[in-house]
Amino acid sequence: MYEFDWSSIPGALPFLWEGMKVSLEITLSAVIFGIVWGTALAMMRLSPVKPLSWFAAGYVNLFRAIPLVMVLLWFFLIVPQVLRGAFNLDPNTDVRLTSAMIGFALFESAYYSEIIRAGIQSVPKGQVSAASALGMSYAQAMRLVVLPQAFRNMVPLLLTQAIVLFQDTSLVYVSALADFFGAAYKVGDRDGRLVELLLFAGLVYFLICFAASQLVRRYQKKLNAHVAH
Amino acid sequence: MSYQWNWGIFLSPAASGDSTYLGWMLSGLQTTILLSLSAWVIALALGSLMGVLRTVPGKWLSGLAATYVEIFRNIPLLVQLFIWYFVLPEVLPFGLGDRFKQDLDPVTQQFVSAMVCLGFFTSARVCEQVRSGINALPRGQKNAGLALGFTLPQTYRHVLLPMAFRLVVPPLTSEFLNIFKNSAVCSTIGLLELAAQGRQLVDYTAQPYESFIAVTALYLIINVVVMTLMRHVENKTRVPGYLGGK
Repeated sequence: MYEFDWSSIPGALPFLWEGMKVSLEITLSAVIFGIVWGTALAMMRLSPVKPLSWFAAGYVNLFRAIPLVMVLLWFFLIVPQVLRGAFNLDPNTDVRLTSAMIGFALFESAYYSEIIRAGIQSVPKGQVSAASALGMSYAQAMRLVVLPQAFRNMVPLLLTQAIVLFQDTSLVYVSALADFFGAAYKVGDRDGRLVELLLFAGLVYFLICFAASQLVRRYQKKLNAHVAH
Repeated sequence: MSYQWNWGIFLSPAASGDSTYLGWMLSGLQTTILLSLSAWVIALALGSLMGVLRTVPGKWLSGLAATYVEIFRNIPLLVQLFIWYFVLPEVLPFGLGDRFKQDLDPVTQQFVSAMVCLGFFTSARVCEQVRSGINALPRGQKNAGLALGFTLPQTYRHVLLPMAFRLVVPPLTSEFLNIFKNSAVCSTIGLLELAAQGRQLVDYTAQPYESFIAVTALYLIINVVVMTLMRHVENKTRVPGYLGGK
């Protein structure tokens, strides 16, 4: 029977926390960038200008068809070269975190764009007509009338996607970047306690994601109750 | 800095001697497809069972199924995979873990762990789709089934499930696509599926762009083929009168 030995975890907590900070940094930057670029993509997709709409459709479909692991491998291959060329960086500079952030941001914006597009389309068409009857331009109608309503309905979905994204950040493991999971794996490997460290990592992810998804669910209920009145 | 393109690399003999680099790619593709399809069978079977349990009256069974879903949805796939592959063989009782490690060759161990992991991970998502399909049916259907003298299992078997499954084909299509994409995660435990073959090719040939372009193109092809097939299935199973129906 396997004998558990959890003693290597307490001493490793500061190191694990450093890893968790990396995970959270990647998540946060990708969520912010993903929502901004995703909104732009969604508006391009719905725009009457055909080339813009084709570009957005191509972008979204391409990123949604490729595994995240492959996207990350691409970015770890290309981004360092581009950055070094552009900023004359020392070849030894560690750009893995930057590559990961850019990779996640561009990948997730494809998913965010689909959520946001559905959100914009859920706003009744009459709203746009009413706005233009009031003399607003298309841009004004979008910014002042459509997007505020669309975003309010979308918040739960955007947050749920952020939870998925947080889980996906563990895949930076393919670049040996020490995020929370990478840190846990390293400690387990070093101490010969992989079993305990992997179970611990699973538990931490579960607690964070479960708590976050419960909060989102509660918020969703509140939102529904508000709309119903 | 200029990159030396060399597409002929795929036809040159691979380091393993017995095949070309193209052969590596194709064997990776084969593993990816085999892995995804076998995991999909597990996901559908388990997911349907759990989805039904989530809708049955009685707190115990539906609570059990809800817990199952939360566990598999709130732990990253990579962590789940490592737990199946590294942890489970260590902690399984009755020497089952030792038999897994001793009796199976490493490639089979990787494949089985990856298949079970992907299957369980996806089953939690299938479960939620099946549940929402059952819940989307008018309540009268179930009551009518029971009023006709069907038992509850018979009502599910003959009334609810045939309709529910037809309703959830479109969302299941996207889960089916996801399982192919998620299978790339299994390269992390050393399973030589498509993404792993691509990385191995980079290590051996130093031609990263050709390799990654080929792998990416193969994933795109898988995506298109699956979508085309599923669109056909969706058209066949569409329910007239329902959203998206004729």
